[in-house]
Amino acid sequence: MIGRLRWAVADGWTMTMRDLAHWARQPTQVVVGLLFPVLLVLMFGYLFGGGMVVPGGGDYREFLIPGMFAMTMLFGIEATFVSVTTDAARGVTDRFRSMPMAPSAVVVGRSGADMLNSALGLAVMIACGLAVGWGWRAGIGDAALAVALLLLLRFSLIWLGIYLGLATGSPEAVMALQILVWPLGFLSNAFVSPATMPGWLGTLAEWNPLSATAAAARQLFGNPGWGGDSWIAQHAVLMAAAWPLLLIAVLFPLSVRRYRRLSR
Amino acid sequence: MASAVIAQGLRKHYGDAVALDGFDLEAPAGTVCGLLGPNGAGKTTAVRILATLLRPDAGSAEVAGFDVVRQAAQVRYRIGLVGQHAAVDEILGGRQNLVLFGRLFHLGARAARRRADELLERFSLAEAADRPVKRYSGGMRRRLDLAASLILAPPVLFLDEPTTGLDPRGRNEVWQAIRALVADGTTVLLTTQYLDEADQLADRISVVDAGRVIAEGTQDELKSKLGGDRIDVVVRTAGELAAAAALVGRVTGAGAEVDEDGRRISAPISDRVTALTEVVRALHDAGIAAADIALRRPTLDEVFLHLTGHHTDERVAA
Repeated sequence: MIGRLRWAVADGWTMTMRDLAHWARQPTQVVVGLLFPVLLVLMFGYLFGGGMVVPGGGDYREFLIPGMFAMTMLFGIEATFVSVTTDAARGVTDRFRSMPMAPSAVVVGRSGADMLNSALGLAVMIACGLAVGWGWRAGIGDAALAVALLLLLRFSLIWLGIYLGLATGSPEAVMALQILVWPLGFLSNAFVSPATMPGWLGTLAEWNPLSATAAAARQLFGNPGWGGDSWIAQHAVLMAAAWPLLLIAVLFPLSVRRYRRLSR
Repeated sequence: MASAVIAQGLRKHYGDAVALDGFDLEAPAGTVCGLLGPNGAGKTTAVRILATLLRPDAGSAEVAGFDVVRQAAQVRYRIGLVGQHAAVDEILGGRQNLVLFGRLFHLGARAARRRADELLERFSLAEAADRPVKRYSGGMRRRLDLAASLILAPPVLFLDEPTTGLDPRGRNEVWQAIRALVADGTTVLLTTQYLDEADQLADRISVVDAGRVIAEGTQDELKSKLGGDRIDVVVRTAGELAAAAALVGRVTGAGAEVDEDGRRISAPISDRVTALTEVVRALHDAGIAAADIALRRPTLDEVFLHLTGHHTDERVAA
């Protein structure tokens, strides 16, 4: 039993290192991935920002940055999806399954690498935010909690990426995923307040898990534009923890089942 | 001689489609066993079950003395698998790939690096060791794939259509690598759609059709069952086809098949040299000018027609 656990940890680490080696092989791709959200900040902050109104008043960039943190977490799902489907399509998944490695190592390694990548992405975004005048106005403890909630959202999306990857099995499907990620990202409070949307759409946007995390981050960082009249808007921190945990509770067993079904 | 691979009554279905229907196989240790059959015959399903990737619906199988379902972990330490795609990481270099797989086979860091270097040397990949695999040629990828399957020097190696999609040069490279393995005593189970590949590499051939082994034996034992060699004659004008077909039929003592579009006559033969000499002489005597005359092994399709009475692409309606 101890031996098995030891190998699970060692194999998971080996798989994480494999992804880190990918970064070293493709530095351009990594840099582009990290800078893309920065580009969005500049676009929305300066290009569209003039026309944006923050509910309750306040600087739009202060409002935008926590939303972009949440968007950055969402974009990560594409990387997870591509890695899972590429391994499946090339037969690498089959090779792993025919080897005596710990079966959990594939997902442990995936999670480890994706979380490292997202943490790095978040660090870049925080630096970018500081550069455009954003800052955390509340305590450092609250700020740390906000970062933790953002990473929790990313962690839950890893399981969505793994599940979708195993379900479709084709790297080309990432095009479809990219098209779906955008409306999902925009239909939230990341860029604009749901209060400015038609009623039903605003409600939908408020219930988007991404909105919960963005609103919680605004609240914890002491940035403007959080809260509202609805229940969900008033319980952002609670929902920012509940949504990802719910996603994990559903998607983790589904992914494990998908993985097992490979041998059917 | 002990058997490295034993399969008994394996069954597997996907929905209504039956992939394996009572599949039996026995491969003695240290031999190359060829599984020959058309697409969809069940070869890949059989290999995937034997390599612990799929669970059979019924039947049992042992590889290197361990049950593939109940003792999958032990089996995995003793097999190598080369599937239809080169299952290697395209972004990493060749050496990085082999070290990665070595670590996952639970070799220590140093042992994994040493084994990687040995294998790179042996498969002539040392020069390309640090180049990303996506810049490898098809043959090089396959060789790396093969090397990755041999990290633990497994006693049993599964090769599922290892030369599919390779050019003749790549195919030769892979064949040479496989021959070298066999010389080391590895038991190889090779699936292929090509009779000449099975001929080149396998000690024993099992012909698979509709999820079952329908003929089994050494090449010599199977020669007559497989229909032996064939002679092809191509005539210059369509008008000479009938006369030439009658002639070839008389000389070979067997019914000649006529392909009108290709102006080609084809017939099974027993002795290659005698048949060739006599056909050439008979054509010459009759004043028929041949555009081409060739001796060849039967195609898989002809073997199937011979063994089952149907072509490879015709399933017998159930």
